[in-house]
Amino acid sequence: MKDIKAKILFNEEIGLSYFKMELRAPEIAQIAQPGQFVQVRCTNTLDPLLRRPFSVHRVRSLQSIEILYEIVGRGTEILAKRKEGEFIDVLGPLGNGFTIPSEVEGRTPILIAGGIGVAPLVFLAEKLREIRNPKSKIQIIVLLGAKTKESILCEKDFKKIGAEVHIATDDGTRGYNGFVSELFKRILRTTHHASRITIYACGPHPMLREIAEISKEKNLDCQVSVEEKMACGIGTCLGCAVKVIRRGGEEFIYKLACKDGPVFDAEEIIWD
Amino acid sequence: MGLDIRIGKIKLKNPVMVASGTFGYAKEVEGLIDLRKLGAIVTKTITLKKRPGNIMPRICETASGMLNSIGLQNEGIEDFIEEKLPYLSKIGVPLIVSISGETIKEFCELSKILDNEKAVKGIELNISCPNIKVSAFAKASADRRRSQFTVHSLIAQDKSATYEVVRGVRRTTDKTLITKLSPNVTDIVEIAQAACKGGSDAISLVNTFFGMAIDIHTKMPRLGNIIGGLSGPCIKPLALKMVWEVAKAIEKPVIGMGGIMDGDDAIEFMIAGAKAVQIGTANFVEPGICEKIIKGIEEYLKKNKIKDIGKILGNLQSK
Repeated sequence: MKDIKAKILFNEEIGLSYFKMELRAPEIAQIAQPGQFVQVRCTNTLDPLLRRPFSVHRVRSLQSIEILYEIVGRGTEILAKRKEGEFIDVLGPLGNGFTIPSEVEGRTPILIAGGIGVAPLVFLAEKLREIRNPKSKIQIIVLLGAKTKESILCEKDFKKIGAEVHIATDDGTRGYNGFVSELFKRILRTTHHASRITIYACGPHPMLREIAEISKEKNLDCQVSVEEKMACGIGTCLGCAVKVIRRGGEEFIYKLACKDGPVFDAEEIIWD
Repeated sequence: MGLDIRIGKIKLKNPVMVASGTFGYAKEVEGLIDLRKLGAIVTKTITLKKRPGNIMPRICETASGMLNSIGLQNEGIEDFIEEKLPYLSKIGVPLIVSISGETIKEFCELSKILDNEKAVKGIELNISCPNIKVSAFAKASADRRRSQFTVHSLIAQDKSATYEVVRGVRRTTDKTLITKLSPNVTDIVEIAQAACKGGSDAISLVNTFFGMAIDIHTKMPRLGNIIGGLSGPCIKPLALKMVWEVAKAIEKPVIGMGGIMDGDDAIEFMIAGAKAVQIGTANFVEPGICEKIIKGIEEYLKKNKIKDIGKILGNLQSK
């Protein structure tokens, strides 16, 4: 991990208070893995004080990284106003990303996103596509959940790499009318070789819990990327605790979203 | 230019230490700062037994600051000695271990264990963590009636409990003892005096201020523990005033902290009477910030042609 001053190459709204920022950060771009994140200092003033964590959304030519963010508070409001050419403090890459099984070719990855949770999954899909064996082309299935049709993110990015994209909207304005977890259940019914499926999910807590439960029921490998409030991002503040199952002895232990995660095996997490 | 100072038996090459609980056990920050540049390292607080810590959420940002309710999550002293101490010993910077307990006996057991460790130069008594309950002390306290009504009672809120703990630990070790005080008191001077009387070599202050925040949409507290400890630049003026008061009243060195973000802030604390400073929340914002703070202090001394840092200590001017 490196703490660098990165030049902002791009920072624009891509729809309904969602923004994309590209940062020149070769030190981070060259080693970042899908599911890892960066800590960005939105402003160098004392308020807001803490950095904000963002998943690495994409890596471009090993020179820059992209983050995808939604304006949810003062930090992201300030971030949205930052201009191209300005420099910004970026610490990363941080945490443990998704684990890609070594026998990836025979498996069907299903990527499930809820809202802004799509951010790390584009990087993951690109990586999965990159490492495929051309002879045994893997089908990447992507399920995108959004509030309404205008807030569907990254559909084109997934289609560009040949993924099969399914959409669910809460208000039914596009695709399946309902939650992405319900769409996931339907997709499973029509997907063959269920045992060869790996689930990668990122989104709000209730969605992840649903996905984890369904995966457990169907005996599917499932990795989830969780989001917790954090201060440091490097394991010193112990703020971003995640309750996980302890095998033997204690009832549970706390792991850290920033250091042990943000990606966890769904079965490990205690969803309360 | 002399930046070196002495706290008890510990010689520090500069007055900048990292505050307990904001730097882990140093390994976490490896590569983001030159650890050898630090004046001293104070570890995350260690307890006798492992503590799982408090429920989530544990962190909440506030205006120019943050609330935390971590609850002294740590793996216990045994794990510390085996897993963390070997790394910390090799850094080449004075090591101060922060300890906490629920009884005097626990504090003493911890200090006895640490007394055997050559690499440990000092012990900081965390008697001021706002996120754990210490009912045992309420009973032992001379002022029983008041203690019964103190929901979140801290050792550092009671001068006799403070005295007893420090005196107990003092009997177990000759290592430099630092007592860390809470700002959540009516008169911090009398607590500082009690700690000195008990045999503390230095006083560090302040720990965090009790605070809370509420989400008005859900009407829920923003911390799982409802209340937590406030830190960051927002507490600096409050901390500075307390450091000034304590430094005037006691002979022993004072280690000042509370919202220090740069060299100028550190100098402010020194003028108020702090011989050394600790950097806390700022480490979360920028893990390498202590190096910048040390440089900032050097620049101030250079610019003002001050040869020895001792010259600014408590040098508050009046009209």
